[in-house]
Amino acid sequence: MANKSVILRIKRQPNPAAKAHWEEFELAYKPNMNVTSCLMEIAANPVTREGKATTPITYDSNCLEEVCGSCAMLINGRARMACSALIDHLEQPIRLEPFSKFPIVRDLATDRSVIFENLKAVKAWVPVDGTYDLGPGPRMTQEEQEGAYPLSRCISCTCCMEACPQFNEETGFVGAATISQVRLFNTHPTGKALKRERLAALMGDGGIQECGYAQNCVEVCPKDIPLTKAIAEVGGEVMKQAFVDLFRR
Amino acid sequence: MAAAPKIIVVGGGLAGLSAVIKIAEMGGNVDLFSIVPVKRSHSVCAQGGINAAKNLKGEGDSTWQHFDDTVYGGDFLANQPPVKAMCEAAPGIIDLLDRMGVPFNRTAEGLLDFRRFGGTLYNRTAFAGATTGQQLLYALDEQVRRYEAEGKVKKYEHWEFLSAVLDGNGVCRGICAIDLRSMEVRTFPADAIIICTGGIGAIFGKSTNSVVCTGSAQSALYQQGCYYANGEFIQVHPTSIPGEDKLRLMSESARGEGGRVWVPKKPGDNRDPKSIPESERWYFLEEWYPKYGNLVPRDVATRAIFKVVYEYHLGIDGKPMVYLDLTHIDRKILDRKLEGILEIYEKFVGDDPRVTPMKIFPGMHYTMGGLWIDYKQATNIPGIYSAGECEYQYHGANRLGANSLVSCIYGGAIAGPASVKYAQGLQGSSDGNGCFEAEKKKQEESNVRLMNNQGTENPFKLWHELGELMTKDCTVIRYNKNLEQTDAKLVELLERFRKVNLSDRTQWANTSVVFARQLYNMLQLSRVIAQGARMRDESRGAHYKPDFPERDDKNWLKTTKAYFAPDADEPKFEFEPVDVSLIPLRPRKYDVAK
Repeated sequence: MANKSVILRIKRQPNPAAKAHWEEFELAYKPNMNVTSCLMEIAANPVTREGKATTPITYDSNCLEEVCGSCAMLINGRARMACSALIDHLEQPIRLEPFSKFPIVRDLATDRSVIFENLKAVKAWVPVDGTYDLGPGPRMTQEEQEGAYPLSRCISCTCCMEACPQFNEETGFVGAATISQVRLFNTHPTGKALKRERLAALMGDGGIQECGYAQNCVEVCPKDIPLTKAIAEVGGEVMKQAFVDLFRR
Repeated sequence: MAAAPKIIVVGGGLAGLSAVIKIAEMGGNVDLFSIVPVKRSHSVCAQGGINAAKNLKGEGDSTWQHFDDTVYGGDFLANQPPVKAMCEAAPGIIDLLDRMGVPFNRTAEGLLDFRRFGGTLYNRTAFAGATTGQQLLYALDEQVRRYEAEGKVKKYEHWEFLSAVLDGNGVCRGICAIDLRSMEVRTFPADAIIICTGGIGAIFGKSTNSVVCTGSAQSALYQQGCYYANGEFIQVHPTSIPGEDKLRLMSESARGEGGRVWVPKKPGDNRDPKSIPESERWYFLEEWYPKYGNLVPRDVATRAIFKVVYEYHLGIDGKPMVYLDLTHIDRKILDRKLEGILEIYEKFVGDDPRVTPMKIFPGMHYTMGGLWIDYKQATNIPGIYSAGECEYQYHGANRLGANSLVSCIYGGAIAGPASVKYAQGLQGSSDGNGCFEAEKKKQEESNVRLMNNQGTENPFKLWHELGELMTKDCTVIRYNKNLEQTDAKLVELLERFRKVNLSDRTQWANTSVVFARQLYNMLQLSRVIAQGARMRDESRGAHYKPDFPERDDKNWLKTTKAYFAPDADEPKFEFEPVDVSLIPLRPRKYDVAK
């Protein structure tokens, strides 16, 4: 049923060096509100519930339809995208916090660039010869396409990393998203040329061995990517590769 | 010259990334600037597919047919030679994307599958589920990451373009940009720059565009002397999902796969749509346009929906909404070909479109107008190139669905090499005679002014007013009197902007000051749109005036070119003939085959 108002408790931190504090906001309820529409409303009228003037909330956002991966944050303690968090489905007061495992920028914005560095480290690309006309790509069955497509929908939102108990400074774990991309490129007919290098990047500290099978990743993934399946498959490949490498030396 | 050319690319969507790859491949060095990490650019929102006449369905399709459909769909306003070149390049672009690993849908034989889209009778659209833009962007993003790992590309993500650095001769020598975290303003030298900053949706408040699509960069360049062409041509997509924060796109591919648009025949009929029998439904697009049916071009479909809702008062529940129905299509086919968009509808509306007809309404989607460029993607300022939605070249008065992705990649692939060639021909490198310092100082002062301004106007509220104003009078149906009032109100809003008061005056990740700057640029560009629309007394493509309902080739077969007159602080206009040397003019109608 329609509430008369929406109450949000938002964790604020003006810069990385400052101390965090909480502010509460009360907005008039409208149908179809989501967390991003609430944050936009606060920007137009940045006044707390107690009537104190404050600053608009800093947060990352772009597409607002859950394909760009920008607006990830903790909403009522859960790692998810703010745009697809509909107010009607959230318990109030709604708690908004920045991700806890990434360096804070300001308020709800964090620096999640580590995901892109990880993708670089595992060479998450198909090594094409060049962009000149070389004719069509390799033929693929519908089944192969249907296997690759779900993995290719990863939006690099890093929800799986935030939710993973093993993803922390101590382990240096690369996280589920990157492993699923290794799976994607290692199964592509051209991409598999770099298979050995990708598997090698996942060996040792911070690699796939850090996974503790908590399965939180697959639980929070907004795109329902079969992450645990990808981890299991890549894990097997890494073991095989390590074994082969042992005898090559 | 000794050193490798240094090119700055602003914007990391499809057009920008395409340019970057070409430059890196030629041995140039690239600095790539983007407000968001490039993988999060607005190109991810493109859904339905990308056009190329591969003729894999035995229909006798050809690049000439693609060219003809594009020119005809654009109501003959596009210069024809570059459109022809784009359509000829499209099949090669699909092959390249296929080689890069885009998971395009496949036929039983393992070949690329193609579907139908608006404004054509051929199956010409390659697709990866219903998230084609995302898949294409990722493929190019991955290739750029590879060049980044090799040290040929340096990314500046979370940086926003503020202005071009022009030397005393009016030649571009680099850019001035702001770090969105530290708020540092800095200049960057380059031999040439390529602007690939996408759409302008934010000018209309709510649109299908992403948050970063403000047109701020284009507007800044227009105010620095670039021509802005055909600004009055704004595409309103017939099927979007109205929302509180934005209008979410419901792809044309829903109709490409057989989706049907209808309303109940009886006004105010509030029965469950599934219980309304066929005989009491009005499939108005199929009735009015028997040849193209639900796949008429977007401007045509949008006007039809407006007519049904506002003239016949047949919107669902009396509201501005019509049904887009997929429920007659096999669930397996829907999941295989449209899953991404069905998921968006399900997540944001809460109904399953496999079971319940979707409720949709037109929403601002795309600008056909943009920075004026020549056939090599060069603007009128030496050293400034442009590609993608932010330029005007390929879509005339109305863009066909699934042509935007191909125009982005093609435009970037022309702009990249053209900028390198230009750079190689540059005579020596100038220190710009202090133009870098001067530009930096100017932009810093502008920030300080905004920060210290003591006023009463909240920029986010002003923006809200701008959006309502522009949506009401500068989109689907246009009247001269309203357009004149719109421009007068824009002048008022610019006046009120002087009294802007930022609620955030801090020096770290301050979104208010950045937004206020964007807003100012939106206001200036809005006047180009409103005045351009006021002048063009005809109806052509997306530009429709009930008082001038016909296309007027005698007087208006010409490109509108706006330039900023600094002394007057407003746009001035010139016109340029359209190159129609390849396909003769003919009336545009979709109730019969061409």
